[in-house]
Amino acid sequence: MTLMAYSPFVAQVRLVNITKQFDGVTAVEDINLDIADREFMILLGPSGCGKSTLLRIIAGLEDPTEGEVWIGDKMVNDVLPKQRDVAMVFQSYALYPHKTVQANIEFPLKVRKVAKTERGVAALAAADSLGLGEYMQRKPAALSGGQRQRVALARAIVRKPAVFCMDEPLSNLDAKLRGETRAELIALHQRLESTFIYVTHDQVEAMTMGTRIAVMSRGHLEQIGSPQEVYDKPASVFVAQFVGMPPMNILPAGSLESGNHLVGVRPEQLEIAASGPLSMKVTLVEQLGHEVLVTGDVGAKRFVVRVAAHTIAPRIGDVVGLDAPEAGRHRFDATTEQRIDA
Amino acid sequence: MAIDQVTGARRIGRYTLLMVAAVIVFFPIYVMLVGAFKPGNKVLIDRLLPTNVTLDTLRQAWREGNLGRALWNSVVVSVVITVAQVATSVLAAYAFVFLTFPGKAIVFAIFLATLLVPLEATLTVNRHIMQQLNWLNSYRALTVPFLATAFGIFMIRQVFLTIPKEMREAASMDGLGHFGFLGEVAVPLSRPTIGAFALFSFLTSWNSYLWPVLVTTKSDYNTVQTGLKALKLASLDRPNLVIAGTVIVALPIFVMLIAFQRQLIRGLTAGAVKG
Amino acid sequence: MKKRRWRDFGLAGLMLGPSAAVLSLFVIYPLVKAVWYGHQRCDASLSKCRTTSWHQYIDAFRSNEFQDSLIVTLKYALITVPIGLVLGISLAVLADKHIKGIGIFRTIFSSTVATSVAVASVMWFFLLNPSVGILADWLGGSAKTPGLLQKQGLALWAVSASSIWANLGFTFIVVTAGLQSVPKDLYESAYVDGANGWSRFTNVTLPMISPTLLFASVVLVTRAFQSFGEIDLLTAGGPKGETTTLTYLAYGQGLATSNDGGLRATVSVLLFFVLLILALVQFRGLEKRVHYGN
Repeated sequence: MTLMAYSPFVAQVRLVNITKQFDGVTAVEDINLDIADREFMILLGPSGCGKSTLLRIIAGLEDPTEGEVWIGDKMVNDVLPKQRDVAMVFQSYALYPHKTVQANIEFPLKVRKVAKTERGVAALAAADSLGLGEYMQRKPAALSGGQRQRVALARAIVRKPAVFCMDEPLSNLDAKLRGETRAELIALHQRLESTFIYVTHDQVEAMTMGTRIAVMSRGHLEQIGSPQEVYDKPASVFVAQFVGMPPMNILPAGSLESGNHLVGVRPEQLEIAASGPLSMKVTLVEQLGHEVLVTGDVGAKRFVVRVAAHTIAPRIGDVVGLDAPEAGRHRFDATTEQRIDA
Repeated sequence: MAIDQVTGARRIGRYTLLMVAAVIVFFPIYVMLVGAFKPGNKVLIDRLLPTNVTLDTLRQAWREGNLGRALWNSVVVSVVITVAQVATSVLAAYAFVFLTFPGKAIVFAIFLATLLVPLEATLTVNRHIMQQLNWLNSYRALTVPFLATAFGIFMIRQVFLTIPKEMREAASMDGLGHFGFLGEVAVPLSRPTIGAFALFSFLTSWNSYLWPVLVTTKSDYNTVQTGLKALKLASLDRPNLVIAGTVIVALPIFVMLIAFQRQLIRGLTAGAVKG
Repeated sequence: MKKRRWRDFGLAGLMLGPSAAVLSLFVIYPLVKAVWYGHQRCDASLSKCRTTSWHQYIDAFRSNEFQDSLIVTLKYALITVPIGLVLGISLAVLADKHIKGIGIFRTIFSSTVATSVAVASVMWFFLLNPSVGILADWLGGSAKTPGLLQKQGLALWAVSASSIWANLGFTFIVVTAGLQSVPKDLYESAYVDGANGWSRFTNVTLPMISPTLLFASVVLVTRAFQSFGEIDLLTAGGPKGETTTLTYLAYGQGLATSNDGGLRATVSVLLFFVLLILALVQFRGLEKRVHYGN
């Protein structure tokens, strides 16, 4: 079988030198990103970093100021959203409040003039796959937040698009429901075999769901890589501190025999040792059951150390020594804050 | 005890006050009703009691005031104006909220500024325009100048603005065009406000007085308001005939307002209560 | 990108077209044209005009007729608006309790909203008519010949009574809606703080419904300044011009302005500016003074 035979179904998304300005303010600048077919790509970053803008450019809701958007083997800059074979799940779900669940899910098909019986079958299949079967005749106002979120998903699924764009779809759910829905989204991605592009500021969502993560800051891409790569080898101080909870501790230049570089150590890599090269005054001890977080001041810096449960933890006010094994030390350039690999 | 509960003596006091107020407010209407059902020669007898009840006066007023014709004219004029105002306002409001085009802010400012121009400032010239068009004494003169209103555009724009932008984006990703979104989403979601505006628009044109006085001289084009004026001028010596005419003219609106009470309240209070 | 900015241009034109046509033909053009006519003297139908001078506006503004009717209009507004508001608030507060039969009282209090200016005026014309009016009888000698509506010093009050009554339904409905939008917990906290009825009214109710009251007063003031029907049907501007309001001066019959379209235009443009100033003053009030709830 040749590659060509696959091409109509291949939905890799390629962004080439994408720049977007709003009234002279640059939202994203010179972004290059290749998203493979059937990938679960996460766009991760704090609010205002440009991740939603990038997603909306892919969906066709914004035109890039410069650059090209490719979906499959087609340049889609001038293609209307409806012709891009892209579905979008919005943060607010954007359900039609005056239509029933059934009508909401069917709506994309109705607009595309799919016959009534056919769209009924498709809507029911999409709804059933998300456990919405019994709510078909309700209006969105009569549903819980989680159910509304599923209706929004079902409305996207029913079109069988090549690319799913999701803009923080879990941010309006409570913590427990968010956890459950994460697992369902992973299963959904497996089942649908489509390309998912998912915007979030939540690093847990990014780590658990993504096949790759693109970390963004101030309109730029900081790093692209698998969750493990991003965690193990953060490309910059920003990534090091944005991914991982509690964030990586950063030592000033000069400590831990680092020369002129900044050194970062994750909380779990720090060891409390009576004669460590660093000394910390403990200000807070948090018992979490499975572990203990010890917070304190090293010089003017605030450090967090992760300690296994049932070990003897220091008390508030203690002064303890700290050390980090060489393997746990990340070095960054003091001025560019970029990673330096030895 | 809930604070809006009223008990004992206070309750009786409040009912007494309510009764007194109701009698005073309702008094003019009551006197009219009593008068309208009396024959012409008994007007001064029992002005407060429904004695000598007859329908003759009402019939006579209907006939002499040509009120059937006037009612018909008022219905035609008000319905045309209401339907047109709703249509033009919905379309314009949609353009201002959901379309992007250069000069939008300026065009909207100009539209809004026309709200400040009172009818009274333009009537002289408008009457002249009607005269030049040879439209005096016609339905066109009574309706055409009022087929659009900035008030309606503004009121409906305000409710369109509450529709989340994401909803339009979701629809456009599904391939729904602007007219589709207008009919499928924007209008259904704004139905209460549009209904309130329609009622307001109907009432305003039904009650309009000065413009019909200026552009109609033939009784064939009397609306109920100018018909009433004509009846009053023609029958000053037969007051209960005019009173009966008043009752006939007021009745349809009374019935309508009781039927559409909720829309009326919404229409009258649009802009008054925040939220 | 230009494409997106212009994409909806044609559709926007289509959607705005009908409104734009009506508003420019029957509001903007006539206003501009009226400003032009305002410096001309014409016949009654505006078919023959000769230019005088722009000074006509100043002359007209300074004329006794205009000054007098400006004062009449101000007086009329100062009588009808405060009294109308106080009565409307009283009725609304009185009916703002959940007691048996309150629906009937509310319907009665709102009922005058169903009367058009013409209906209300004709009703009051006969109530106050010296030969048949029952109110005229009750008010005794002073109301008899020539009748309250033609008696100097009283005619404006008589017209005001009619208009206050006719507007009462509107004020009642608006204030009632305002009262119902006040959060109940505010009353409860005032109650717990030991505030009595009157103090709850002045400290909670009035500030919370102030946007509503402002809206109602804006509407009532505007109606007072645009009053024509009640004057036309009740007094025809008399006696001796005591009820000739600005709008009646511009459009009434048998006045100095009636046979000169140019002069009418002058007066109506001046009226426009009076209303414009009024609107701006009210908008400032709306921005500044009013307490808005969340």
